[in-house]
Amino acid sequence: MKRKAIASYFFAAAGIFVIWQIVALLTHIPMIPSPILVLETLIDIFLSDIAIHAGYSFLRIIAGLLLAVVIGYPLGIMMGYFKKCDRFLSPFVYLTYPIPKISLLPIIMLILGVGESAKILMIFLIIVFQVVIAVRDGIREIPKETFFPLISLGASFKHFFFYVLWPATLPKFLTAIRVAMATAISVLFFTETFGTTYGMGYFIMDAWLRVNYLEMYAGIVALSYIGLIIFCFIDFLETLSCRWQKRR
Amino acid sequence: MTSDGIFVDRVTLSYDGGQVTPVENISLAIPKGTVLAMIGPSGSGKSTLLRGIAGIEKPAKGDIFLNGEKISPKRQKIGFVPQNYGLLPWKSVEENILIGVRIKDSLNGDVLSKMNEFMENLGILEFRHRFPKEISGGQQQRVSLARAFLLNADALLMDEPFSALDAITREETQDVFLSLWKKQKITTLFVTHDVEEALYLGQRIVVLSNEGKILRELDNPFFGNREDKLQEEFFKMRSKIRELIQKAGSDK
Repeated sequence: MKRKAIASYFFAAAGIFVIWQIVALLTHIPMIPSPILVLETLIDIFLSDIAIHAGYSFLRIIAGLLLAVVIGYPLGIMMGYFKKCDRFLSPFVYLTYPIPKISLLPIIMLILGVGESAKILMIFLIIVFQVVIAVRDGIREIPKETFFPLISLGASFKHFFFYVLWPATLPKFLTAIRVAMATAISVLFFTETFGTTYGMGYFIMDAWLRVNYLEMYAGIVALSYIGLIIFCFIDFLETLSCRWQKRR
Repeated sequence: MTSDGIFVDRVTLSYDGGQVTPVENISLAIPKGTVLAMIGPSGSGKSTLLRGIAGIEKPAKGDIFLNGEKISPKRQKIGFVPQNYGLLPWKSVEENILIGVRIKDSLNGDVLSKMNEFMENLGILEFRHRFPKEISGGQQQRVSLARAFLLNADALLMDEPFSALDAITREETQDVFLSLWKKQKITTLFVTHDVEEALYLGQRIVVLSNEGKILRELDNPFFGNREDKLQEEFFKMRSKIRELIQKAGSDK
């Protein structure tokens, strides 16, 4: 089963590669270079350039993600578990959730400047809402009967958390992060075109301005890999921790 | 006035700020080491009363005592088996059985070997690492019983514990319960809508009325005996209880 899945992904990757190559051959313009040349460039400049830029982008994503989890997860638990908390906080969440976070970027940059904190805050803003809502709804969906045997055993909040709240919300929590991650990476790209000389966004746009299409494509491929690695990692966590959901 | 066992003293349970009162002013005694079956028409508040004793619902009025002390899930060991068996879907069979002793902080080597003995006797040892979803209803019920009996609870409360099982599995699981109970004699109250189940597993039987009051309390000579099922007295007793329930159900 697992081997089959890996094989099919490999097949899809090869397929994309082949289509790209065909398009490059047919159009024969410098804006669409052959994937072979792009991969060669990627390997050539990986250690000297891309690794550093990718490292910056990766660290910004991780920092924003961690911040979003550290603040969003407890908030979601509180809103899901304590009705009063939900009644008080829900309106705030509902009113602020639909704001396209990217539109806040000018304000954030005015206040925090164009440095690291603005970029991390943007990623945080995109992920945190997803986390809060997923965790809260995850708790709301737990049938209240699930708690009964634990209540009569005299369980404390610690027990409820580790026996029920954490495992019950984990699948939704991970899915939320995965969904938010795609948006977070796009927004990161955008923020990295301001006020920094490091990061994949800067690298790609810089290559574009220098009309170095091979490096530009190499950057796009590298950024895609960052996304893929994070996706795979979340997938891996999901299969590891949510085995109980799978049917035999 | 308190005594050993479970003692329900003029208890009223209500919802929605007192607008709905499924249980009103009920008093009930279950002597230590006995099983009481509670039966009644639907809406008679029997499950609500059970949850009240289990500490899940707080009585609006009255008190509940367990072995002379005011009942407290924190201080005492109360096993609660709901209709859907109350297993956590994300925990393995083994972990589900251990939840009781883990919360009560009494997990040790003796408990573990006792658990293995239980699992072996109940025929669930081979499923120990499976999740509840991966075993049958009857097996899930055995896991739930193993949890309650491993804890050696002061009181065991079961809400229609066997009603979701098919007829053959139900009888088997009833036997499993009875054999476990005979070894430990945990003070037990269970709710059922099945008269034959009440006659097989209850030493005494309480019939609740539609208004959440006790209509009749009966001694049951047929406890733990399936052979008597064909005797005339058994039929008589069965019809008597059925009539009581019907009467209770129609008194609106």
